[in-house]
Amino acid sequence: MNWVLVIVGGMVGAPLRYLTDRAVQSRHDTVFPWGTFAVNVVGCLILGLLTGAAVAGAASSHLQLLLGTGLCGALTTYSTFSYETLRLTEDGARLYAAANVIASVVVGLGAAFAGVSVAEALWA
Amino acid sequence: MTAPDSETVDEPAERRASGRRPSVWRGQGPAVAAVSVGGALGASARYGAALLWPTHTGGFPWTTFWVNVVGCFVIGAFMVVITEVWAAHRLVRPFFGTGVLGGFTTFSTYAVDIQRLVDTGHPRTGLAYLAATLLAALAAVWLAVTATRRILEWRRRR
Repeated sequence: MNWVLVIVGGMVGAPLRYLTDRAVQSRHDTVFPWGTFAVNVVGCLILGLLTGAAVAGAASSHLQLLLGTGLCGALTTYSTFSYETLRLTEDGARLYAAANVIASVVVGLGAAFAGVSVAEALWA
Repeated sequence: MTAPDSETVDEPAERRASGRRPSVWRGQGPAVAAVSVGGALGASARYGAALLWPTHTGGFPWTTFWVNVVGCFVIGAFMVVITEVWAAHRLVRPFFGTGVLGGFTTFSTYAVDIQRLVDTGHPRTGLAYLAATLLAALAAVWLAVTATRRILEWRRRR
């Protein structure tokens, strides 16, 4: 059962990242990888909400496996984030590379902290 | 600043550069299916790793750390091979690069792990994990790209 939840979550999360990235990247012409940035931040927010809800006893372990391990895990990515950062430095866009790293970590962490706080305020 | 020929994980450069963009969604069915199956495999592998090597509360999240670092190394090697030597089937990149490796590595668990460490009174471990993952992941992808290019160059010369 646990594996099925992770698999179903992964099967939904990964194509959501793919489609979001394509939709976002087709709407602008900058080199900044907004698509990956967007899915990573949204995933951090959802996982933060879920973790806060779990701590408050409002989210079951099954929901955590489906939405946390499966969906958010597959929706967000470290490998594409790292590769895109490397590509930016190789293309000479070092400022964009640095901005990508700093913004992803700062905004991603901010989203995670905000998600947990909101969930704890709602369900604690 | 525009970069029409910039190589991305999700999409080959030549498709981006082809002038007027048709609908983003047209003909995406097979790629979406490939990403979906790959994502299930990657997420399962990460879940399996977490079951094999669980992290205790307040400890350094080594499993997520290594999952992310290994995934970054593999994507570096994969992207060099697929863009510079191997004319792979058009579903190989969405399946393996976007699906498997994207599903395997995770940014959300990384961020929430740091939040949990700070919240449970382990801010130093959280900070060390934040910096170590970032440095190791970027070093891994750089090392993989550089090493793969060297190996390919060496094989070409022989």
